[in-house]
Amino acid sequence: MKNINKDIAVTYLITGKRMTLIATIGVLIGMSLYIFMNSMLVGFDRISNDTIFKNSPQIRIFKDDAISQPLYQEEGVQNIIINPKIVPASDAIDNPNEIINLIQKEDFVTTISPQITTTVFYNIGKLQVPGTVTGVNPEQANQMFNIKSNIVEGDFENMNNNINAIALGRGIAKNLSLSIGDNINITSSKGVSRNLKVVAIFKTNNTILDKTKSYINLNAAQQLLLQGNTYITDINVSIKDPEKATIQGQLLSKITGYKAESWLEANESIMAAFKMRRLVITFVSLTILIVAGFGIYNILNMTVSQKINDIAILKAIGFKGKDVISIFLTQALTVGFIGIVGGILLASLFIAILQTVYIGGDIGYFPIGFEVQKFIQGIIIGGLITFLAGYLPAKKAAQVDPISIFRK
Amino acid sequence: MKILEVENINKYFYDPIRFKVLEDISFSVEKGKLMSMIGKSGSGKSTLLYILSTMDTDYQGKLWIDQELVTGKKNDALAEIRNNKIGFVFQFHYLLQEFSCLKNIMIPALKLGIASKEAIEDKAMKIMEILDIKEQALKPANKLSGGQQQRVAIARALINDPAIIMCDEPTGNLDSKNTAIILDIFKNLTKEMKQTIITVTHDESFALQSDEVIELKDGHLI
Ligand SMILES: Nc1ncnc2c1ncn2[C@@H]1O[C@H](COP(=O)(O)OP(=O)(O)O)[C@@H](O)[C@H]1O
Ligand SMILES: [Mg+2]
Repeated sequence: MKNINKDIAVTYLITGKRMTLIATIGVLIGMSLYIFMNSMLVGFDRISNDTIFKNSPQIRIFKDDAISQPLYQEEGVQNIIINPKIVPASDAIDNPNEIINLIQKEDFVTTISPQITTTVFYNIGKLQVPGTVTGVNPEQANQMFNIKSNIVEGDFENMNNNINAIALGRGIAKNLSLSIGDNINITSSKGVSRNLKVVAIFKTNNTILDKTKSYINLNAAQQLLLQGNTYITDINVSIKDPEKATIQGQLLSKITGYKAESWLEANESIMAAFKMRRLVITFVSLTILIVAGFGIYNILNMTVSQKINDIAILKAIGFKGKDVISIFLTQALTVGFIGIVGGILLASLFIAILQTVYIGGDIGYFPIGFEVQKFIQGIIIGGLITFLAGYLPAKKAAQVDPISIFRK
Repeated sequence: MKILEVENINKYFYDPIRFKVLEDISFSVEKGKLMSMIGKSGSGKSTLLYILSTMDTDYQGKLWIDQELVTGKKNDALAEIRNNKIGFVFQFHYLLQEFSCLKNIMIPALKLGIASKEAIEDKAMKIMEILDIKEQALKPANKLSGGQQQRVAIARALINDPAIIMCDEPTGNLDSKNTAIILDIFKNLTKEMKQTIITVTHDESFALQSDEVIELKDGHLI
């Protein structure tokens, strides 16, 4: 009983080969572009995030500026403070080891890297260039920011346990004509000077950063600021799922009592730009798929008009409304199925080819992969659109009144 | 035995103005009879036939087919009755053009879904042999002459052994030679196979050779 409906549907598909082919190609192209563009988006997002994570921690824990509080706090007494201002207390984290231990207990945390950031002058002879040094534990910092991948000269390894070593941004090295093995003198805001040996030169994708930033060991930074070996200004934290940084940051803030800022908050404007990109690509790829759906819809509508006599006669000889729907829906779903399978193959081909294209720079190979999730998404959305594009004309066909056709 | 019976059929059209197209139609058809329905153009013959065929449900009165009250049934149930008990032949053949003649004839039986495909094919070939169109079996419907197509339509109407075959001017488009062939077929079907046939016709000879004739005039039986 079902068979005759399918039989008729297949006959229509075969006798209308040209239209069938056009509709199928429409779905195929729409499908492949959808999967391709969305897989590309995933790759872009990944590369962008990787770039961000090279410079900014997923969660940064630090001491927020405090505003002066009234001296006495008694109930029922109107508290007055005159000229409230930032308390000039130290911006250090008071008990870093304890806090690091606390953070380590959270199982979503993967890496912890304590750090000191301070402004300095880089001196060569009479020349003084302002900048910032970041005091880190080189191994942990590398684990977190993958600093080694940015090294263009020297070896970041040489930073380990070497209190006199410095890794310079390429801009500084260039401006001060320094190369590996040269000495550089830096002066801190506390007026402390130190001679350091250049062991590595790095290049990030941010030239301003490269003109100001350098890495030294944590102890060296502590000495520059005349502080003891528990002095830390920031604790950087990497987590398993960076998308959860904001909420997990809030948790860490609650646990530690210090302010925790996620990379999403710290890079708000870049995030907004990413959001735009995501929106545009999603919108465009969906539109293409919907246009393909319109292809099926149009062609099936035409078939219904052309076959209106057939529909009338089929209804006269005992085909029910649902039989007519099944005849036309079968056509749409067949076209959709072939188109979707073809689209998957074509998208896979695109991706496989692009994966081998070398872009260079920070990016390397074209950032695209076989994103299973996007394939599944495409199949579901493509299937739904096909169904809808087939169902509407099929429904129309089912409502044909045979008498009105026979009277013509 | 009454194969078809109607009682007090009334029908109105509302477009462009309300008018009564059928008034108090009552009659019945006995099994194995060839009944002709005649009347001037516009007298309501087709309208009545569509009601008898169960395709038009917008009427007052009652209709029985094969002793079963059909009036008031749902669309799906009516579709089953049409598939099972009624065969149709129209003036403009109305075959599915992209299918072979054989397939056209088989479709109602495949829809019914009782016999196997092979059995249906055998039966279709037998009917085609009787109607002398066996040679056309595998040709697409649109490659046949009008007379041949009409015989294919008759074969399709016969495939499910219907209680009744309904025809709307089946010879309206045919020359006298083909008209004679169709008339012959109808007479044989009624005489030899006890097939009941109701046919709307303009053709004098056709009406004269029927078992019964009813005439419509302005929506009345006379
Ligand atoms: N759908 C309709 N709406 C309004 N009037 C109709 C419709 N169909 C038929 N008619 C009118 O009903 C009358 C009977 O038509 P019909 O049954 O086709 O006559 P016949 O088949 O005897 O020539 C005619 O006057 C025709 O114009
Ligand atoms: Mg008529």
